[in-house]
Amino acid sequence: MTPDEVKHHIKTYVIVFIALAFLTVVTVAISYLDIGVKAGIALGLFVASIKASLVACYFMHLIDEKTTIYWTLIATAISFLILIFLPISTMLAQARIY
Amino acid sequence: MDIPFNVKERPDTGLYNGKLGIWLFLASEVMLFGGLFSAYIFLRTGVDNWPAGTEYLDVRLATLNTLFLISSSVTMVMSWASLKLNDFKKFKFYSGTTLLFAFGFLVIKYFEYSAKFSHVPPYLPSTNNFLGIYFTMTGLHVLHVIGGIVVIGYYFGPGSKMWKADPERFTNRIEIVGLYWHFVDLVWIFLFPVLYLL
Repeated sequence: MTPDEVKHHIKTYVIVFIALAFLTVVTVAISYLDIGVKAGIALGLFVASIKASLVACYFMHLIDEKTTIYWTLIATAISFLILIFLPISTMLAQARIY
Repeated sequence: MDIPFNVKERPDTGLYNGKLGIWLFLASEVMLFGGLFSAYIFLRTGVDNWPAGTEYLDVRLATLNTLFLISSSVTMVMSWASLKLNDFKKFKFYSGTTLLFAFGFLVIKYFEYSAKFSHVPPYLPSTNNFLGIYFTMTGLHVLHVIGGIVVIGYYFGPGSKMWKADPERFTNRIEIVGLYWHFVDLVWIFLFPVLYLL
């Protein structure tokens, strides 16, 4: 990475930081909205996902990484989703019983 | 004996070994926290009335802590960028600032936990499922913050000698520490709304 490229990256870091601070305020503001629990959770997690993507893409440089890391993360994401959907599938099964 | 591919990239992975190592470690960390998030969903969907986080927790302190962690993430990445620009003094500044933000996070967490324990009646992990999962998830996260402080502190202090001997290797180590630290920030980005706000 050349010094000019690093300097360009630094500008991006500052912009991402401002975006993260702004989205933190948005996350808190959403919790005060009277839109119901389900919509609140969906919106809150959506904003959190945007924040997490910004950190991963720019601070962790995932926007421009090697294929080995992408494959590692795809395997992780699949395993993570299975883990998260296990309780949800149990919940749906219970809903069918009752 | 020199460990190979500390600086040079391995031809088969395209990465230096430490970088692949930290990503594999972070993958295992995703599963560790993933298990707890899964437990949270299980507990929350298993009851009709899940308490709002604001019933027990202080959103203002947690918001401040969120700002501390995202600030520490940007100073962490700036410390790495400073080394890429051969500016060791700036590295020290940004690295030190990262430590200050990290300590700030712990101090606020101390006040938060103290308020729970000194409440009458005390709010303990055994009080209910909400507090049980709150203390488990934030406690594990705090342990990760402490681990980060130890490693960042080491490279801020005695470990920084490596910069003179092998600057490229040192820069890579800071990149690896940074990846870990950003992950700690990333976990908090989800813990904050899930436990405090939703």
